[in-house]
Amino acid sequence: MNLAYRDVRHNLFRFLLTCFGLSLLLSVVLAMIGIYRGIVVDALTVARSHRVDLWVVEAGSQGPFAEASRIPGDSREGIARLAGVVEAGSVTYQSVEAKHLGRKIRLYVIGFEPTRPGGPEGISSGRAIAQSHFEMIADRSTGLSLGDRIKLGRTTFSVVGLTENQVASSGDPVVFITLHDAQKLQFDLAPAAARVQTARGTSGASKDTVNAVVARLAPEADAATVAESARRWKHLSAMTQAQQESILTQSLVDRARRQIGMFTSILLLVSAVIIALIIYTMTMEKLRQIAMLKLIGAPDRTIVAMIVQQALALGLTGFMFGTLLIANIKGFFPRRVVLEPDNVLALGGVVFVVCILASGLGVRAALKADPATALGG
Amino acid sequence: MDLAARPEQLVSLRGISKHFGAGETRIDALRQVSIDVAPGEVVALLGPSGSGKTTLLNVIACILDPSEGTMSLEGEVVFDQKWLRTDLRRLRLDKIGFIFQSHNLLPFLNAIDNVAIVLQLAGFDHSAARNRAVELLDYLEVGKRKSAFPAKLSGGEAQRVAIARALANRPRIILADEPTAALDSKRAQIVMDLLRKLAVDQSAAVIAVTHDEKIFDRFDRMFMLRDGRLEDDRRIPAAA
Repeated sequence: MNLAYRDVRHNLFRFLLTCFGLSLLLSVVLAMIGIYRGIVVDALTVARSHRVDLWVVEAGSQGPFAEASRIPGDSREGIARLAGVVEAGSVTYQSVEAKHLGRKIRLYVIGFEPTRPGGPEGISSGRAIAQSHFEMIADRSTGLSLGDRIKLGRTTFSVVGLTENQVASSGDPVVFITLHDAQKLQFDLAPAAARVQTARGTSGASKDTVNAVVARLAPEADAATVAESARRWKHLSAMTQAQQESILTQSLVDRARRQIGMFTSILLLVSAVIIALIIYTMTMEKLRQIAMLKLIGAPDRTIVAMIVQQALALGLTGFMFGTLLIANIKGFFPRRVVLEPDNVLALGGVVFVVCILASGLGVRAALKADPATALGG
Repeated sequence: MDLAARPEQLVSLRGISKHFGAGETRIDALRQVSIDVAPGEVVALLGPSGSGKTTLLNVIACILDPSEGTMSLEGEVVFDQKWLRTDLRRLRLDKIGFIFQSHNLLPFLNAIDNVAIVLQLAGFDHSAARNRAVELLDYLEVGKRKSAFPAKLSGGEAQRVAIARALANRPRIILADEPTAALDSKRAQIVMDLLRKLAVDQSAAVIAVTHDEKIFDRFDRMFMLRDGRLEDDRRIPAAA
């Protein structure tokens, strides 16, 4: 006879209610883990979407994401001629705030050369940019649709293609426009400021600057060697894709990542304490029954099994409810929530261990229960 | 005083003492108590509050260590200045049945399972345990309530189920703590008649702590305890 099962079945509503409460707590833990993973994925999304091997930026800078970087637009031609480079493209990055259908949206604008590296990894609907100006590829999370028109700076763009899950490390959705439009958006002055510049006689400065040049290498080329070659230009610095990713995860989002990680750890600790308290309280409520079981001859293993099985049933049911809950609502979070199976399984393992440890308190109380209390002594 | 246990007795206590604390705070809960209870006997432990009735019941139930003395159950010496058996729970399971003031049934098991659990703990398989449980519940005339949970049973029904549980493993020593306190006088008489019938049918010894004067006439003998001693070291004969 399984006493844990019988007890749960007899108090099913209460058990499910407790599981539900626990599942809400565990779903928050899962959400935090998902947000933690999401920050890392978001940070790498743009850098990976270009599918390049080499990043060339301003000398002394860890740009273009972690630090500011501005290099001459013609740098691309020099990079493209390096041994091992198959193709190279200039890119610009900037955050803008725009209005669409009466609401403000923040966008991460990437300017790229449509026939070169630096554009979107794939287009889920619509088409690629086909003309030099006024066309845009937007991520679906912007809320923009094909054919929509949106004004950025002084230029109005038409959405011709849509991408999926392209966001910047800040969580802002990405839009792609041509390099020329992006340079105009980033470097053109407002008319009044331009007139002042003209009056000063400084308006002739070149606007052909970009934030980085990205390059794809031949399969046999060594990225570190090519990067070393690019660094020979005194005004340039270069890093491999692996180095760029390392900067993104360890520098750019490190503080946010650690913050979330810390919060997740505290949340796990709180969950462990709450699970322990629930199980301890459940056991204390049954202390007289446990004393009775001891009195009529039940061995310790029967009593321990009852407590541990109930603790596991509670923890794992709560965990399953929590996982289902977060899997169904993660799309409603404003930032990406990434639930990897290994993270979910790891949390399941943690819940399992916590339940076993937490039941230790209950087991200790149960083993100390005096059978005489059942006799009223 | 003859301290030798008599083998024909089901419960035999010789010179049992129990004290708590030491020095000035020492409390002597039992002092040199010697009693014998034979098969088929139904005896009462009487006494005012704090006289040592419950302590004596706990000692016989093997859940409280005596400070000194000798105790035999079913002719087996189980305590002689120390416990001679290490598996006291098994000993309780095999030899002793318990009936409580409040029935103390497990609230999450129905009547059958409350009885069957004792048998399963003793090693019976599931179906054999349930068959025996149903048999006992029928014998105690609560068979029709076999699927009911304790919360749905009346006081009398619950007490019968508790008695069925106490008898499930055919123990020959039944310890009862105020078995009729929660019952009206009619049901109290029925329960006592039942215990007497069981004592005779199964050659069992029933030892009950009680304050219920209405049932004094149902006991063969009554032991009066006062300040941890059997009063005048003598048995008080049951009222005629």
